[in-house]
Amino acid sequence: MADLGTLTIAEARDRLRAGDLTAADLTESCLAAVEAAGALNAFVHHTPEIAREQAAAADARLQAGDAPDLCGIPLGIKDLFCTRGVASQAGSRILEGFLPEYESTVTTRLWDQGAVMLGKLNMDEFAMGSSNETSTYGDVVSPWRRGNDATPLTPGGSSGGSAAAVAADLCLAATGTDTGGSIRQPAAFVGIVGLKPTYGRCSRWGIVAFASSLDQAGPMTKTVQDAAIMLGAMAGHDPKDSTSADLAVPDFEAALTGDVRGKRIGLPREYRMEGMPEEIETLWHQGAEMLRDAGAEIVDITLPHTKYALPAYYVIAPAEASSNLARYDGVRYGHRAALSQGDGVTEMYEKTRAEGFGHEVQRRVMIGTYVLSAGFYDAYYNRARKVRTLIKRDFETVFADGIDAILTPATPSAAFGLGEMGQADPVQMYLNDVFTVTVNLAGLPAISVPAGLDRQGLPLGLQLIGRPWEEADLLNDAHVLERAAGFDAKPARWWA
Amino acid sequence: MLDIAHTPPAPKVIAGAKQDWELVIGLEVHAQVSSNAKLFSGASTTFGAEPNSNVAFVDAAMPGMLPVINEFCVAQAVRTGLGLKAGINLTSAFDRKNYFYPDLPQGYQISQLYHPIVGEGEVIVEMGEGIARRVRIERIHLEQDAGKSIHDMDPHMSFVDLNRTGVALMEIVSRPDIRGPEEAAAYVVKLRQIMRYLGTCDGNMQNGNLRADVNVSVCRPGDYERYQESQDFSHLGTRCEIKNMNSMRFIQAAIEYEARRQIGILEDGGTIVQETRLYDPDKGETRSMRSKEEAHDYRYFPCPDLLPLEIEQAWVDDIAAALPELPDAKKARFMSEFGLTDYDASVLTADVDNAAYFEAVVGGGSDGRDGKLAANWVINELFGRLKKEDHTITETPVSADQLGGIVDLITKGDISGKIAKELFEIVFTEGGDPAEIVEARGMRQVTDTGAIEAAVDKVIADNPAQVEKAKQNPKLAGWFVGQVMKATGGKANPKAVNQIVAAKLGL
Repeated sequence: MADLGTLTIAEARDRLRAGDLTAADLTESCLAAVEAAGALNAFVHHTPEIAREQAAAADARLQAGDAPDLCGIPLGIKDLFCTRGVASQAGSRILEGFLPEYESTVTTRLWDQGAVMLGKLNMDEFAMGSSNETSTYGDVVSPWRRGNDATPLTPGGSSGGSAAAVAADLCLAATGTDTGGSIRQPAAFVGIVGLKPTYGRCSRWGIVAFASSLDQAGPMTKTVQDAAIMLGAMAGHDPKDSTSADLAVPDFEAALTGDVRGKRIGLPREYRMEGMPEEIETLWHQGAEMLRDAGAEIVDITLPHTKYALPAYYVIAPAEASSNLARYDGVRYGHRAALSQGDGVTEMYEKTRAEGFGHEVQRRVMIGTYVLSAGFYDAYYNRARKVRTLIKRDFETVFADGIDAILTPATPSAAFGLGEMGQADPVQMYLNDVFTVTVNLAGLPAISVPAGLDRQGLPLGLQLIGRPWEEADLLNDAHVLERAAGFDAKPARWWA
Repeated sequence: MLDIAHTPPAPKVIAGAKQDWELVIGLEVHAQVSSNAKLFSGASTTFGAEPNSNVAFVDAAMPGMLPVINEFCVAQAVRTGLGLKAGINLTSAFDRKNYFYPDLPQGYQISQLYHPIVGEGEVIVEMGEGIARRVRIERIHLEQDAGKSIHDMDPHMSFVDLNRTGVALMEIVSRPDIRGPEEAAAYVVKLRQIMRYLGTCDGNMQNGNLRADVNVSVCRPGDYERYQESQDFSHLGTRCEIKNMNSMRFIQAAIEYEARRQIGILEDGGTIVQETRLYDPDKGETRSMRSKEEAHDYRYFPCPDLLPLEIEQAWVDDIAAALPELPDAKKARFMSEFGLTDYDASVLTADVDNAAYFEAVVGGGSDGRDGKLAANWVINELFGRLKKEDHTITETPVSADQLGGIVDLITKGDISGKIAKELFEIVFTEGGDPAEIVEARGMRQVTDTGAIEAAVDKVIADNPAQVEKAKQNPKLAGWFVGQVMKATGGKANPKAVNQIVAAKLGL
């Protein structure tokens, strides 16, 4: 069978509608690719029965001529999304054996369109990580390598499984979630498109919470057009999520006019980090040139509180996480430690959580508990909230000054080797999020677009940050950048 | 609203071994919001359901589940606030109070620490005719109830019932304006009364739908006045909080015990340690639950799953416009409109169901009924009889229509008071329409003077000796009246009999 997993959503949709491809064939091709890609450790729960059933239903709808965009499109779903009757562990041992009796709103919308679930994708435990090395399922291995060097590389995190699966053509697209960069950073590391929508655009209902005020689901796709199509399916108001916005969902795909003439694109001077590889700086400028060539105006801007974003983020996110993760106590579901004679409820909590949570999760729960505790609350949590307000204001100011979008590097480096950061100070790992966390703190939409390769042949991405609720505009900017960059590199298929 | 001038009651004074002491008390009352669904889920709040049957995914804190505010519970809190003459905050917010316990599935309680929905209000607590304490309300906030841990079903295991988890509570926080155990209980009674009028809390203490945490401290006479002038708490003693009491009797006993305990310590030269205590009703004492040092660090922070709660003034105004008549106003109206005594009006308005019953009786009939007569029958006959059967007014076998029918028969002079009592008993035990019963059983009062005269004549004729005696001693006329009543089976109109007997005897 032809390797149909290489198709984009748009290509597959058009061929399915034209009748020269069936959802069943497309699904079988992807299932085979998934089976053959065990070395990547991207898919951690396989759901071929569900996939075949959904594909058959999709074919019926296609034949009836009533097929939404995603009808028959095989997708991978990040393990953070609760899927009814299918393991949903958030990459954690503590949710071992947990089978939700409900389906997240985002995945419900996808299945309602006729999309096909191939399985659940690996991720950093509770989405805490930037390298997919904190998962209970083990590391995800990037399909990319440094030339002929077989050193396994990280696909980034936390949506590392999603990134690897899309880049390796195991599925046409995948869902991700982004709390501090967890869609955009892995997308950049593997040369795909990753979109974090405006906070409130996609429902959080049924997605395991990491940091509720920052978490947002989004698409991880091969093209900007696919991101537009998939976001249209994922987004929309959900009365079950009080933070979900009651706004109409525009036709994002129709917004991809390719015309950015007169648009004002800002380059924030604070994103020029010390020690950043020169090739990233170069790529950034090339990106700006591409947009200028397309008729946009490039403007130097300032976002003065940027340097406080990372520390603020690493106070707020762990604070919320420490509370959100309190429910994993061994009482009602998931892992419960074996107890010894005489152990009481406190021992049950302690042993269960010590066994069930990995080191990074434990670290963040400890940090979060600390920053919220009496006597430290004002110095950490409250101060971080104030910083958050200032960061939001930075963006509001530049947007009020007529800036339409902001162009930055997506990551401070290309993908690194698995284990290379293992001995490092955790702060070194946290620095991966330096360009992405501001967006989450401000609740803005942002997209990572593959824009080139570094000298070792690894993908590099650029990030575009948009105005709130203006994903359509942002996608159009990204579409222009994507076309101009013409990134078409693919990893060598060493795993199959 | 009525503004009756009251004299505050004297504070309770406890004589210690060395000196006199006064009490300072503040309460945190947890009132379950009357609502079919929970505060943040659609699960039922029905009491007594099978364990763990009223549990939505969010109540069980399943991964990824989110709370959505129940608008009706918000309206109930606003209604309660308005009933307590309190300010309503158009913007309030929810916070998470974090602690671990198996009956708290989320690991946090969603509450309102920083921005409660209701601000300052007041409650007038009557302690006698013309005597009342004005208790200031500091705030009312909405929060989730916890579930129930069951430790006595198995020697090795504990069980958890989540039916109650997430049920809406209002925490009503008073200022330290209460000065004695009786006042504290009366305050809770008054809050309960008002909320039952408002329909915002059923006040069922047995089911735990109304619980109180009581803060108690003692001070020297004069210190409280110094605190009032300066609002400086340092004039007051260190307080202890007695948790979770669900009976008026326990509240009083616990305060009494706790005050004496503190006085004992102070008079022995000790100091009071601020702490949380539990009252043991079996031993009649309070004991330490946890000290300030062992107190939980709840790590309150704004709940990121919920946006600030914004309500419109117009919505509050609509609720205010639809507010029912409250106890104080109703009592005053009963006194002025029906000429009831303070006592009768208090009894009839003590509970919303009693008042509604009385109003149905007094307001029924062709054009209303005599208030005093109706009140007398409701209080003395009906309430007395219900008490004997251990029934509440909602369980009465005599409807307001039926009791009104009896009152009508008395008013028309169809039956005497004595017959009315018999009739009431028949209606109470057998039911039926009072007028029909009177007809069917021949209970109608004889007002035909001819028939009464004949009966009087017969008694006089049969008892010549008594007639002579009566002429000497007019008080004996009563004997003749009794004989006539007996002869007529009690149906003769007593007033008519009196007159005729007097006339015939020439008295």
